[in-house]
Amino acid sequence: MSGQNEHAHHIVGPMVYVAILFALLAGTAATVWASFIDLGPWNPVIALAIATTKASLVVLFFMGVKYSTKLTKLTVFAGIFTFLVLISMTLADYISRAWGSW
Amino acid sequence: MPDSHAIAHNGEETADNAYSADIAHGEHPAYLRHHFNSTEQQADTTNFAMWLFLLTEVMFFGGLFTAYLIYRNWYYPAFVAGSHQLNVIWGTTNTLVLILSSFTMAMGVWCAETRRRRGLVLCLSLTFLLGLAFLGIKTIEYGEKIEKHHVPGFHYSLQSFDDPASDPEIYKEYHDKALMPDMARHTELYFSLYFAMTGMHALHMIIGIAILAFMIVRARAGAYTSGHVTFVENFGLYWHFVDIVWIYLFALLYLISRH
Repeated sequence: MSGQNEHAHHIVGPMVYVAILFALLAGTAATVWASFIDLGPWNPVIALAIATTKASLVVLFFMGVKYSTKLTKLTVFAGIFTFLVLISMTLADYISRAWGSW
Repeated sequence: MPDSHAIAHNGEETADNAYSADIAHGEHPAYLRHHFNSTEQQADTTNFAMWLFLLTEVMFFGGLFTAYLIYRNWYYPAFVAGSHQLNVIWGTTNTLVLILSSFTMAMGVWCAETRRRRGLVLCLSLTFLLGLAFLGIKTIEYGEKIEKHHVPGFHYSLQSFDDPASDPEIYKEYHDKALMPDMARHTELYFSLYFAMTGMHALHMIIGIAILAFMIVRARAGAYTSGHVTFVENFGLYWHFVDIVWIYLFALLYLISRH
């Protein structure tokens, strides 16, 4: 790499990718294992918590957001935020329709 | 910026323009478009654009996930019985296949960035094969659903849910009780969401695999390893996004209640 051709952005090395790969494999094992145990209402919470941890690792390292520009970070955050708005507003509607009848 | 000069100046200065354009071309790599100041700015801009596209994808799949969330809360027993029809072994295998393919894709990006042509071709080929393996397993799973008439539509069968003992393979593992007729009917809703969500995901995989094939051909000819890695990087973002969607699909569709 020389002069102008050089990308300013950080190049993530193979060791980081290997570490993330193993973390993701461990996460998959954990989520399958947890699903076979009866934890009552905590089952979906744990399944989603593990899935979100895995997704965060993919976004931060495989997709390189950890090393990206502030603009990219803000964009990713805006995406997650908009998705949460979609979910929470929709659920707020469904929860409040039968308000008082339970 | 020779381009803006070309607009601002009149004919007399064309020669001068051509000269300055020549200088500019000598100074920057061929892949740098003239409306960008630098390769960094160009890379950041395309990266931003790719993320904006992924945002629209988030909202697209987000709608499906929201529908799933609401119906799951309304018809939870139907969703549990429906999810017991999915094979955890196949689901887990596919999750591992997809995670591995994300890893090989990330390594491909690294190979492109560090200009390793053979490494890049190898990584892209592995990603391509793992993608095909995922679709192969998905085909086996869809085949099982077709055999049992669990595809929503005119031929949909409630037998596994009205009379769980008639489906011994599933029954011996989960000992599900028969659902009330009204609840059993809603397993069709579970399978509608199952096919809509995994089908949309599979469509993204098919598009990704097609682009991978294109990239493998180009990478063999030496593309992407001469400093211009944007295409590989942005495709990597797409591929990882599809992986993330599957991570959630696996947790939500397969692992609802396995105890």
